[in-house]
Amino acid sequence: MVRIIAIAVAGVALLLAAWVFLLAWRNRPIGRPVLYGVAVAEALLLAQVVGAIVLVARGRHASEPLTFTLYLVASLVALPLGAWWALGERSRSGTSVLGVAAIVVAVLVQRLHQTWS
Amino acid sequence: MTGPGPDGLAGRQAAAEAMGAESPAVAVPGARGGHAAAQTVPPVAAQTVPPVQTVPAAQEVPVGQPVPDAEAGPDAGDGKVHGPGRTLVAVYAVFAVAATSRAVVQILTKFGEAPVAYLLSALAGVVYVVATVGLSRPTALGRRLATGACAAELTGVLTVGTLSVADRGMFPDAAVWSGYGEGYFFLPVVLPVLGLWWLRRASRAATRDARGLLGEAPDSSGGTPGS
Repeated sequence: MVRIIAIAVAGVALLLAAWVFLLAWRNRPIGRPVLYGVAVAEALLLAQVVGAIVLVARGRHASEPLTFTLYLVASLVALPLGAWWALGERSRSGTSVLGVAAIVVAVLVQRLHQTWS
Repeated sequence: MTGPGPDGLAGRQAAAEAMGAESPAVAVPGARGGHAAAQTVPPVAAQTVPPVQTVPAAQEVPVGQPVPDAEAGPDAGDGKVHGPGRTLVAVYAVFAVAATSRAVVQILTKFGEAPVAYLLSALAGVVYVVATVGLSRPTALGRRLATGACAAELTGVLTVGTLSVADRGMFPDAAVWSGYGEGYFFLPVVLPVLGLWWLRRASRAATRDARGLLGEAPDSSGGTPGS
């Protein structure tokens, strides 16, 4: 796992979660700026996947390869699903779902780290 | 979190009017959302396209404005779960996927190491799936399913948690419920309590709504729940 990317992803995901939960608390639906934030996090997550593939190609491997791969896939789909739900349901609880998804991403990054080393 | 405030009241009335006029599922942006997975129309596009049915202008939700409705209560009468229950469904869905897939991986790859823990994880996964499905249905059956699942979850997490703390050797590898769900930020012990609280609120609201629809006098003995 590329450490810098992992830290960046976790940081962005937590910031995103705080932002989205603030919006939910103020009862505002998500707008374009939040979607840009989701895009940034998603780009970092993709970079993390590429980094993992490069490391595996160089001969290194996770201690639990199957679990690691599943976590990688889950980390990629969590935010799009959350954003989709939040856009489809423009309510406080719909917005909170995106916040939950961002928290899930942060947790997944931590679990990725655990299953790699 | 969201009591039946002015917005909630307006939303409930709007839903009741929609039911009274027997118009099927008026497309109000803020009011839809039963099944996010079934949502195919991007809402951004939906805002630029004029609504098919005539919706009062006050119900359109511009970006950045406070959202009316959809926090009306557990069941606004359109066959969908509303309010904080929706977020709860999402969290339960995450746990259903996480616990089930983790258990499947563990059982497939290293079942011999800790069969009891892995089977318990699988059981927990099934319970989460049942709870997710039950919570997403605002029917009496859905509530009963979810209540059973949440009660089973609470029993499981307390039993397994206590056993795992009392005797570490019993669970060589962590399961979802071991250590009261410490591997999952103790959410496994918090979630069923939240779920049961929400279900209680939902069933009370359903009873109240049913009385309202039948035209009976509101229940004056019990006071207003959730306030």
